[in-house]
Amino acid sequence: MSEAGELRVPVLPSGTRRKLVHGGFIAIAFLYVGILVIAPLIGIAWAAFSAGWSTIVSTLKQPDVLHAFYLTGVITVITVIVTSVFGVIVALVIARDRFPGRALMSALVDLPLAVSPVIVGLMAVVLFGLGGWFEPWFTSHGIRILFAVPSMVIVTIFICIPFVIREVVPVLQEVGVTEEEAARTLGASAFQTFFRVTLKNIRWGLLYGIALTTARSIGEIGAVLIVSGQITGQTETATLYVLRAFDQFQDQQGYIVALTLALVSIVLLVLIEIFKRRQERMQRT
Amino acid sequence: MTGPVRMTGTPIRVENLWKRFGEFEAVKDVTFTAEAGSITALLGPSGSGKSTVLRMIAGLEEPTSGRIWMEGEEHTFKTVQERRVGFVFQHFALFRHMTVAQNVAFGLSVRKQPKAQQRERVQDLLELVQLTGFRDRYPDQLSGGQRQRVALARALAPQPKVLLLDEPFGALDARVRQELRRWLDDLHQELGVTSLLVTHDQDEALELANRIVVMHEGRVEQVGSPDQVYDEPATPFVAGFVGSSSVLHGHVVDGHVQFGDHRVAGAGHLAEGEPARAFIRPHDVRVTTSPQDGSLPASVERVVNLGWLSRVVLRLPDDQVLTAEIPNDELSDVEVGSSVSVDLRRAKAFASAEVEAADVTSEMTPTAAAR
Repeated sequence: MSEAGELRVPVLPSGTRRKLVHGGFIAIAFLYVGILVIAPLIGIAWAAFSAGWSTIVSTLKQPDVLHAFYLTGVITVITVIVTSVFGVIVALVIARDRFPGRALMSALVDLPLAVSPVIVGLMAVVLFGLGGWFEPWFTSHGIRILFAVPSMVIVTIFICIPFVIREVVPVLQEVGVTEEEAARTLGASAFQTFFRVTLKNIRWGLLYGIALTTARSIGEIGAVLIVSGQITGQTETATLYVLRAFDQFQDQQGYIVALTLALVSIVLLVLIEIFKRRQERMQRT
Repeated sequence: MTGPVRMTGTPIRVENLWKRFGEFEAVKDVTFTAEAGSITALLGPSGSGKSTVLRMIAGLEEPTSGRIWMEGEEHTFKTVQERRVGFVFQHFALFRHMTVAQNVAFGLSVRKQPKAQQRERVQDLLELVQLTGFRDRYPDQLSGGQRQRVALARALAPQPKVLLLDEPFGALDARVRQELRRWLDDLHQELGVTSLLVTHDQDEALELANRIVVMHEGRVEQVGSPDQVYDEPATPFVAGFVGSSSVLHGHVVDGHVQFGDHRVAGAGHLAEGEPARAFIRPHDVRVTTSPQDGSLPASVERVVNLGWLSRVVLRLPDDQVLTAEIPNDELSDVEVGSSVSVDLRRAKAFASAEVEAADVTSEMTPTAAAR
């Protein structure tokens, strides 16, 4: 055997080498996720709990904090209702109808994903702020949009438009129309067909979209920051409270509210995983 | 027939039905009647418009023009809901999130029937389709044949006026298809519900139907009993599509189709001297080893054993090819290369121009994507 033959002899048996390479990648994956995801979470939890139970309880009992959570809840509920109802309608139109401009509509639906929330907030200011297109009409009717809850709801809805639609359209395309046709031949009205067949078939996709919408809506800060005016006890959401707490050197309160939001997100994450799996299982059958 | 069976008139009548999808004419001037208590088959290749006709009868598709009658009452403008038809889809279309029992009960529950009645009817139907043990299963836990039986039970549950079946066995494998076909035949004998069956499978139509409506490129080619359609094809398309035939080219001489020195009867309706084609069924070709008067000489090109009979490919003196099917116990000396004499018992002749216009051969494969 020549030198070339000797060169091919590996330092370690190939099986061991493959295991090492695999192990290395797994370690990198764990470090990456650990440092970027787990560590911050533990950090917030540690910072929040280091203040002790009594501070946690008193912070969560503060009227400002309670109002902030309440406002976040209200905005999220309205956003979920609006984006679900209109999202399903738009999804049905995109998935089922053929009309000029369908591709454009399908693309426009994704626009909010590409636009920075800060810009979304500015667009609302342009429309509803002093001298904006819609401002004179609302002012003359005594309705306040900007620096009030309505504008906060509007920007959150705008940002959350894509989630339900993007999850429901492929499901509708996948299940097709024959079950609906079967329901109609069996004597079901359009109403019965929708609620007993269509909605049942898209339910996991819809819930997945709703969970994503909820998470996004609770976490939203950029657009809301611009349009809210940050009036404590009035237009301050939970995320805006956290921002103000740090500005005013009330780090403890900030950590405690942030941890609460993080826990809600974890619950949502679990729900999202469950819905996604149900949806995938249904698509396989 | 001794007049209408029911006072209410014929179950289904379709008059001058047309359907256009944009530029494409899927259904052109279709008229036929389905008799009470019978099975009528709409038979044709894919793209012939037969499914569209069925969907228009169910109300799932709106006719461009024409009229639809059921039990003597015009249904052209009624909604799907009002028509009360039972529809069975090719791919079953079972509600995937409902159990077998819930699927069957759907048509009763949307009409707000009392729960106890629903339960009783579901039980009866599951017995009828022999699936009592499967009531709490979901569709994905059933085989294809079982799913289609559930679909049939579901369609029958609200006691439909007519049963419309759109390629009901198309998604099943050959053995299950055979089984289910026989089972449907028995079921129909028992229930007697007027049925309209769409199929591209001639065996299915010949076996199940009392009447066959043969469709081609959106038009009705022939309406008749299975015997009429098979033995007396009205058009070259029907002759080519229903059953297999050899086609011999020749000229009309004396009411016969003449090719080379030989002729076959059956061209009495064609003009003398006109180019004509004779359609000959493989079982109408008699092959003997001893030459007889007036019979055709031929040489055996190929013998294919099909089980109890053999397909024999014969070459005639003028180089035309003829296929015969002979029971194996009558095959004796017929082997590749041997000279035989051929006797044509029956033939169906059409003018060549007519055959070319019908474009029979290319129709054996699907032509239009749209149904």
